[in-house]
Amino acid sequence: MSTPTSVQTRPSVHRPRDERRLPWYHLVFTGLAGLLVAIAVLAIFDTLSIASAILLGFVFHLLFGWGYSLLREGPRWATDRLMTLLVIGAFAISMFPLLSLLWSVIARGMTRVLAAKPTTLSFWTEDMSGIIGGADAGGVFHAIVGTLLITLWASIISIPVGLFTAIFLVEYANQGWKRTLGRGVTFLVDVMTGIPSIVAGLFGLALFIAFMPDQSVRMGIMGAVALSLLMIPTVVRNSEEMLRLVPMDLREAAYALGVPKWLTIVKVVLRTAIAGLTTGITLAIARVIGETAPLLLTVGMVTAVNWNMFDGRMATLPTFINQQYRNGNANCMSDTVTNPVNQEVYACSISTNIDRAWAAAFTLIVIVMILNIVARMISHYFSPKLSR
Amino acid sequence: MAAPQPINVEDLDIYYGDFLAVEGVDVQIRPRSVTALIGPSGCGKSTFLRTLNRMHEVIPGAYAKGKVEINGEDIYDSRIDPVNVRRRVGMVFQKANPFPTMSIRDNVLAGVKLNNRRISKSSADELVERALKGANLWNEVKDRLDKPGMGLSGGQQQRLCIARTIAVKPEVVLMDEPCSALDPISTLAIEDLIHELKEDYTIVIVTHNMQQASRVSDRTGFFNIAGTGKPGHLIEIDDTDTIFTNPSNKQTEDYISGRFG
Repeated sequence: MSTPTSVQTRPSVHRPRDERRLPWYHLVFTGLAGLLVAIAVLAIFDTLSIASAILLGFVFHLLFGWGYSLLREGPRWATDRLMTLLVIGAFAISMFPLLSLLWSVIARGMTRVLAAKPTTLSFWTEDMSGIIGGADAGGVFHAIVGTLLITLWASIISIPVGLFTAIFLVEYANQGWKRTLGRGVTFLVDVMTGIPSIVAGLFGLALFIAFMPDQSVRMGIMGAVALSLLMIPTVVRNSEEMLRLVPMDLREAAYALGVPKWLTIVKVVLRTAIAGLTTGITLAIARVIGETAPLLLTVGMVTAVNWNMFDGRMATLPTFINQQYRNGNANCMSDTVTNPVNQEVYACSISTNIDRAWAAAFTLIVIVMILNIVARMISHYFSPKLSR
Repeated sequence: MAAPQPINVEDLDIYYGDFLAVEGVDVQIRPRSVTALIGPSGCGKSTFLRTLNRMHEVIPGAYAKGKVEINGEDIYDSRIDPVNVRRRVGMVFQKANPFPTMSIRDNVLAGVKLNNRRISKSSADELVERALKGANLWNEVKDRLDKPGMGLSGGQQQRLCIARTIAVKPEVVLMDEPCSALDPISTLAIEDLIHELKEDYTIVIVTHNMQQASRVSDRTGFFNIAGTGKPGHLIEIDDTDTIFTNPSNKQTEDYISGRFG
């Protein structure tokens, strides 16, 4: 650490830059000083709390750090310090809600999942048949099955439609009437991106009950259609970007070899873009897997597993969370609750519904994470390798 | 299908939408020879080259009027499928474009594999070896045929593209400034390659480099353009020696001696 510079009036340009640059840990002291001052100020105004202390401490840290740097390092480095602190601060602030959310879900959800009876994973293997009142039992097996099935069917509808639309827009919509059609399609896709999810649900509902004699029928496939309305624009937009990234060179190389256009698209363009396409499709799936409103309308809620997409209501994770939360705290008249179906006896817990909601949220996040990991693996496996 | 063919071009006009890019080209290209096309930038040489295998139609709105006969068949006849034309007339581009998702072996076999044609493994191996030997690349890559095609140097990638083109046994090979992105050593390697290839194929090469044209070609054609926005024309085509020492047209002479370019 250099000795403090003597008080001189020489302009800073005469001093070599490196000599003035202080090690970063100097700023730790200004940070601490800022925090202490903030605590003092807040205590005086009687508004002291952890959040306010950190925020005000950060503001003072900016001020002190900048001032200290200005005195010791010069104006240019002072601005550099200030911007560095601001950028890091912005990053920390933006990370905070994400980390806090993850922390809440994991802490509350995982304890309920791990504490399930009779076996550790029975939260994921049991459904809610016969669970009434405040029984501290039950699981989300039916909801997991419902979510996976409905999302699968939504993907089966959306991925071909979205992908082929993107191929049309990139490869064929170049001139004449096809180009006009392409512009129309692009406009409609952009509009679809903004459809509120409940409107998509209403559309799915209306579409099916227009053909049904019984207006109160609900089926899994209705939810899948509503979700595909939300998925298709994401798939189209993302696939279009990825296909446009394939350089024209490669298509020309294939044409010059006498490969017809459709084979070029299948074997050259799609094969080259597949890493990006899979990532985009996974993102679209991850987006719709948590949609609640359309599924509330079209698929309803049940307590037992329903494997049939075309007959009857199904449970899904988002609607399960919604329902459990709205059940709120349970009334526990006695210490135990008996299952009317199989006469099992469970402990009664007031917070059982809320606990289950958190655990279901945790389950949903785990599913989305697994999807992301699978997508990354596919993307890595298929991406063009550059190694010798 | 392997016998090289003469190309006979009669009164060819090439359009990009409404814009006439090249006008009134008449030329006979002899088989088993190298014909070079030279001229300043933007005069239509590459456009003309791309009409010889109907590649310019890939650009939306582009079309050509006139006759291009390869071995007596007009490739612009309405009954002819452009895809079939491109199987007989191969092309090597300015920027080497091996397929990034494929190994070297698959790149050479791309003409076969992408067309869903089946060949046995032994004929595939033999084809790969023959094509790579023909492109002077065999010794350098014979023990890493399964490595990705993008891992080669620029000159090697360009030779890989040439191997890929000759693996489908075309009659004509078109080369659009194949050496402009390469260093002198690689350029020399490719020019030697062109000398060998002309025994078996008709070669048409577009080049910006006049010295290259004089080294490599038997006949040379000079394209010029009257001004921006005007169509390009084939001013003169003759034996290379004649063009470079005693051209008949004044514009050719001005270009050769560097008065414009």
